Amino acid sequence: LGLALCVVSGTAFLYHDYCVIGAGPAGLQVAYFLQQAERDYIVFERSHAPGSFFALYPRHRKLISINKQYTGKSNSEFNLRHDWNSLLSHDRRLLFRHYSRDFFPHADTMVRYLEDFASLLDLRVQYNTAIIHVTLERNEQAWNGHYFLLTDQDRKNYKCSSLLVATGTWVPNVVNFPGSEYVEGYETVSINPEDFAGQTVLILGRGNSAFETAENILGVTNFIHMVSRSRVRLSWATHYVGDLRAINNGLLDTYQLKSLDGLLEGDLEDLAIVKDKKGKLHITLRFYLENRNISAGIDSITLPQDELDNFATRAPYDRVIRCLGWKFDFSIYNRSLRMMPGKGNINKYPQIKPSYESRGTRGLFVLGTASHSVDFRKSAGGFIHGFRYTTRAVHRLLENRHHGVPWPSTVYPITQLTNSIIKRVNEASGLYQMFSVLADLILLRENATAFEYLEEYPIGVLAELEMQTGRKAPNGLFVIIMEYGRNFSGADKDVFYYNRAVGEAQHAWQSNFLHPVIYYYKRLPTEREMKLRPPEWPLPRPDAIHHIVEDFLTDWTAPNAHILPLRRFLENCLSTDLRSFFAESCFLFAFTRQKLPPFCQQGYVRMQGLMGSEGLQRHAVQAGLLQDYTLTDFSGDRPPDSHDRSRDQLLRDQVIPVRPLQHLVNAKDE
Amino acid sequence: MSAQGERWVSSFVFLLFCASSIPRPGIAGLRQEPSPQRYFSGLEAGRASLAFFTPHVSPGTQPFLEQIESSAEALQDYGISVVKVNCPKEDISRYCGKENALRKAYLFRGNILIREFPTDALFDVNSVVANVLFALLFNEVKYVETLADLQNIENLLKGKSNMVFAYVPATGTAEHRAVMEAAFVYGTIHQFVLTTEAALLKAAGNDDPDGSSAWLLFCHCQRATDPAQPCRRTALAQPLTLLNIHRHLKLMGAPLVTEVTEDPEKVSTVHLQLGLPLVFILSQRETYEADRRTAEFVAWQLLGKAGVALLSRDLVDLNILHRSNVALKTPDEGVPIQYLVLEDTDEVITLVEDKNKVKQIQEDEEKEDEEEEEEDEDEKENNNQDIQDDQVVEAVSRDKKQELPLEQVLVLTEETFHSSLSEAARTVVLFYASWEAVSLAVLRSYSEVADHLKDTPGVLLSRVNCWDWPGICSQENVTQFPTIKIYGKGEKSVTYDGMWGTEELTSFIILSRVSCPLKLTTMDEAEGFLRGEIPPELSSHHHTSLLGVFSTATGEARETFEEAGNILSGHIMMGMYFEDDSLALSRKYSVSPPALLLARSGGRRVEGIALPKQSVQDLVQMIRYELLDIFPEITVQNLPQYLQLTKPFLILFSDGDISQMESKEMLKLAKGRPQQAFVACWLNLKRTPVGYGILRTYFAAVPSLPVLVWVNLHAEGQVFQFPPEQSITEVNILSWLEKLQAGLEIPSCTLSEEDWKPPLPAYDFLQMMEAAVPELPLHPSHHPGDMPTQHPPQSPGGDTAIREEPSQESMAGKSVSPGRDLRGTAPRLAAREKQGRRHSEL
Repeated sequence: LGLALCVVSGTAFLYHDYCVIGAGPAGLQVAYFLQQAERDYIVFERSHAPGSFFALYPRHRKLISINKQYTGKSNSEFNLRHDWNSLLSHDRRLLFRHYSRDFFPHADTMVRYLEDFASLLDLRVQYNTAIIHVTLERNEQAWNGHYFLLTDQDRKNYKCSSLLVATGTWVPNVVNFPGSEYVEGYETVSINPEDFAGQTVLILGRGNSAFETAENILGVTNFIHMVSRSRVRLSWATHYVGDLRAINNGLLDTYQLKSLDGLLEGDLEDLAIVKDKKGKLHITLRFYLENRNISAGIDSITLPQDELDNFATRAPYDRVIRCLGWKFDFSIYNRSLRMMPGKGNINKYPQIKPSYESRGTRGLFVLGTASHSVDFRKSAGGFIHGFRYTTRAVHRLLENRHHGVPWPSTVYPITQLTNSIIKRVNEASGLYQMFSVLADLILLRENATAFEYLEEYPIGVLAELEMQTGRKAPNGLFVIIMEYGRNFSGADKDVFYYNRAVGEAQHAWQSNFLHPVIYYYKRLPTEREMKLRPPEWPLPRPDAIHHIVEDFLTDWTAPNAHILPLRRFLENCLSTDLRSFFAESCFLFAFTRQKLPPFCQQGYVRMQGLMGSEGLQRHAVQAGLLQDYTLTDFSGDRPPDSHDRSRDQLLRDQVIPVRPLQHLVNAKDE
Repeated sequence: MSAQGERWVSSFVFLLFCASSIPRPGIAGLRQEPSPQRYFSGLEAGRASLAFFTPHVSPGTQPFLEQIESSAEALQDYGISVVKVNCPKEDISRYCGKENALRKAYLFRGNILIREFPTDALFDVNSVVANVLFALLFNEVKYVETLADLQNIENLLKGKSNMVFAYVPATGTAEHRAVMEAAFVYGTIHQFVLTTEAALLKAAGNDDPDGSSAWLLFCHCQRATDPAQPCRRTALAQPLTLLNIHRHLKLMGAPLVTEVTEDPEKVSTVHLQLGLPLVFILSQRETYEADRRTAEFVAWQLLGKAGVALLSRDLVDLNILHRSNVALKTPDEGVPIQYLVLEDTDEVITLVEDKNKVKQIQEDEEKEDEEEEEEDEDEKENNNQDIQDDQVVEAVSRDKKQELPLEQVLVLTEETFHSSLSEAARTVVLFYASWEAVSLAVLRSYSEVADHLKDTPGVLLSRVNCWDWPGICSQENVTQFPTIKIYGKGEKSVTYDGMWGTEELTSFIILSRVSCPLKLTTMDEAEGFLRGEIPPELSSHHHTSLLGVFSTATGEARETFEEAGNILSGHIMMGMYFEDDSLALSRKYSVSPPALLLARSGGRRVEGIALPKQSVQDLVQMIRYELLDIFPEITVQNLPQYLQLTKPFLILFSDGDISQMESKEMLKLAKGRPQQAFVACWLNLKRTPVGYGILRTYFAAVPSLPVLVWVNLHAEGQVFQFPPEQSITEVNILSWLEKLQAGLEIPSCTLSEEDWKPPLPAYDFLQMMEAAVPELPLHPSHHPGDMPTQHPPQSPGGDTAIREEPSQESMAGKSVSPGRDLRGTAPRLAAREKQGRRHSEL
């Protein structure tokens, strides 16, 4: 753990293998993993404490991430599915439910939690250090062909081999239009409802911050209008937690019940605001202002209602509030790092690959909210309950790339194939939160007698699996992910229609709610196949696919509806028989067949046969899946070596229910 | 192909039938020519003729000539004349001069010789016609031998014309003739492809195992647009006759869906003319597009069985139920058109394929409730994929209501795990998952073990449900369910690796209470150990004792022995003695240290075994082998130990105990010279009744007992029965074995070497998804035939739309699926969902 001091061209650099910018949730999360792996790292935080974003935001101090105290289950992994605030650690004290009993906790609690996380785990965070410039230094020896040179506000320099950017998105989005100087920002607007008493308010934006602001003042204003480019997206219709959450949607209620408040769609770029002599703000269009001087006074400016006397927003406003969200701070990176904004609706995030590495600079990884471009409007990668897993994935990629530590995996015999999948789909939280982004992988060993299980790998880089994880997949693989039904979620979809849930296993592919999907590939998909995958598909066309039917309780352990179809799928992919057998059946097979099913081969033959209690054997006999041979043995009082013809005759005539057993033994192809 | 051309063909065929049915006197069509010269000079260019030459003195018509003569009439229909040419006496020209030339027939076009036929190729009229046409239509009918050739032709034809692919088991047959005759008529319209390779048949999707019957496929290559997909195919379901082929080709040529704008009673199509029913899909303007897709989908399904027409209700004033969506017109005169309300396309197909169902469906429509049940039954009948066929899972789920007596078993949690390990001297922990069948089966045995051991001091039985506490399980490195670990205070835990049975587990726990190996300090103790009296806690438990005797000097051997003891702990009681007087002990049993003394649980006679220098693994293996009996009774529990020897088995199946005589003879045999080569054992059918199952597999019925059987489990799998008339003596068996080895005995049976394949197919969701969402470029780049689940590569439902969005129900027809359901047809069908029962609320 060297804190090396190097001198390059007269400047002193403090060297670390890993530099993390930002001690928010993502920065602390990656610091935890680096600490656990005993890596040389440092976290820079410009504030005096971690989580400075949460010290200010959300302005009205109520987090909208759920903090579920009870699930009725003790499984800690499962419970993380319903805990959206905790970071991952081995320390059970650091579960958010120990910090707050509120379902929607206070933002101050998050700040306190993050402070505890950093201090209890003894993470190396350097506070009061604002990185104001990042540049590169070419060096053949460096891990990535260059070092990262960081400069802080005091002109102190730092040098790192790998740079992990966890700065979040904190630069407020601003729209410039004529009159935008009259607009107040979310970051500074008063949160005291009394300041709004009897006022008419226009809010720009339609996200959670806009609705949160409206919710706060709904009761005291004359009315609130809300304007945005596109329609409101409700998170329960889109299944995306970043869309408008029900907890904030009071204004929708008053709008639809005609209680003066209202929602409008329109492009903010076309907008203009003019102030009249009384200080009231009027909405007009930029179009009318062209070739005109605003300072000439309101009277000379055309208002829409002059031409269209029922123009919707003709009433003047007392205040206009901007709640347009935030974007990534691109300003500190030297051009050579090529930190470019994404295209289209992800332009608030830097461009990164599905491996979370910057598209412009090797060795620079973006973590946390800023990495949300990978799954924007799809999954949870922009939120604590999502990026805590993607951060772990990035750490695993780094361990493999720089330290030769392959992606952690467990090898199981093939008899455990169904079990390992069922276990994970029922409890894994990373698969559940980061649905369609992180996947479990099952890499088959030769002859499909064993397999290797890798957890929570980013499927965007599936084609690079061998290089990224150090694990080989020459014999085919299964990819296990969770998906919502295609065409089910969407801002304009009715997600409450009748018969929305599928109940039968044979129709599982039409499942709408989150359910496990297993893709089977005979060989690893190539990069090209990944690129050409069908739209809306997380993966290219597999050789076979299986959906485990959605479940109301998200409990996929039903023997017939969930496990049996899964087993049939796996069997048909591997062309084998994955049933379990009692020792007696294995005994019979051992004497009557040259080959044994895997369960007998890997269990009974290795002296780990399943004897089964008498009661169970009786049940199996009743089910026609096991034959009771004692029935044929009724010559008890005869001498054992009497060669009795009539007895043979009897045995021959005995009606033996072979048919059901054939069912068991006969493994012919259909 | 133009409609005109088609008409021409049909009239041609009509003429053909007429022509062939006109009776003629004598050997119709046979021409006679007095000499070759006359024959050749009279040949017209472009006209084909089949000639055969007879010597001037006719020795009576040879049988083959008879056949040629009688085929003259048939060939005349194809403009081929059959000519009998008399050879003048002195003629020594090419055709008359040579003896063997006279045994051939010659096919000429104009005066060009096309082919000469040996007489044995022309054995009857069929073979004459087939072979002659085959030769003449060389260009029209492609003969293929390999799949690659077939695919090449198919690919070339895509988007151009259709292909008729015929398989005949042999040339010259009636079917071959029918195909050639059809090719004569249709050869210019469709590409004919012929094969006699049965392998091609299979590749084309016919599963006739021996390829004994002819088969004809119509491949719709003209419509094929995707170069990666094979052309759609429609097989001829009837036997290959000219009439059937003609009918089939006509049907294939008819438009897929006929648009109808007039009264359906007046409509007539090719299908009705050919005696097939016509299905009307009733449409209206709003849903026209979807209905058209449905109609096409149905039409593909019914191709060759019925016609499909799309009837627009807006244009025809029909006095019928508003909800009717399908109509059926049968070719029978006077039968009125039936109007039906059907749910999905399957029903339409059933309607045609099984006309009796029409009534049933109608009745069902009236009784909604009954119908649900009926559907359930249907589903059960044709689908047993959802029936559990795993004996363990099924047994456990049948037992799930039974409450287990688990009072003796402590439940451990994350909080109590570590503290309770320190409570008892020995804690046994079963790690299981409450949803996993095998571990639940073991849990049942475990409760029995707990009952057996409830009075045993110092042992605590407990369990951890890994579904509740995944943390402990991963921390204890439990990766499989179930796992049993035994924790002793301050010792490394031992993982149980024996049979999952009550007896075995109980014995293991009892034995592992004592440290292994146990250090013995006096001669008396060592002797007591061999008698089974020491350690005292095991004196009531039958067990085998193994004593290692070491002189103090042999430290290394002792360490190896101790390590082996750790591994074998629980399986066998091991002791060791290395006091000064160990020599005395070893002398008593005439071994020299280091050595092993083995006292088996039964007789407790002490055997001495020299202990060579070896690795721990080898020692463990050696001890395991030493523990095996010479002539064991084979049981379900102990078979695996003997299987590991990978030797053939010589088994005496006995109903109850074996007689002393047999036992003695077998023991002699087992101890004798060839004992290394096989495992001699016996099986008590009373104790191991599954042995009856083995015997029944070997001999179909259980033979008279006892029966001595030789089974080579590890190679070839042959089973031999010792002649029942011979008595079981060492001498007899040895001579039998010699004969057996020499290959002089016939095996009673050979064990199946079949692989363990999936018992049933899986749901093919990929195909269902593709059928529902055709616009997805999901088609694989590789051949679709190599899917893991077997199904025909073509998906007739390929061109269907996305499943209807429920929110768009009101806008019926905007985006609707004709896939399986007919939801798009107008007016909207009754709301019954066949897509599966769904729950919207509890």
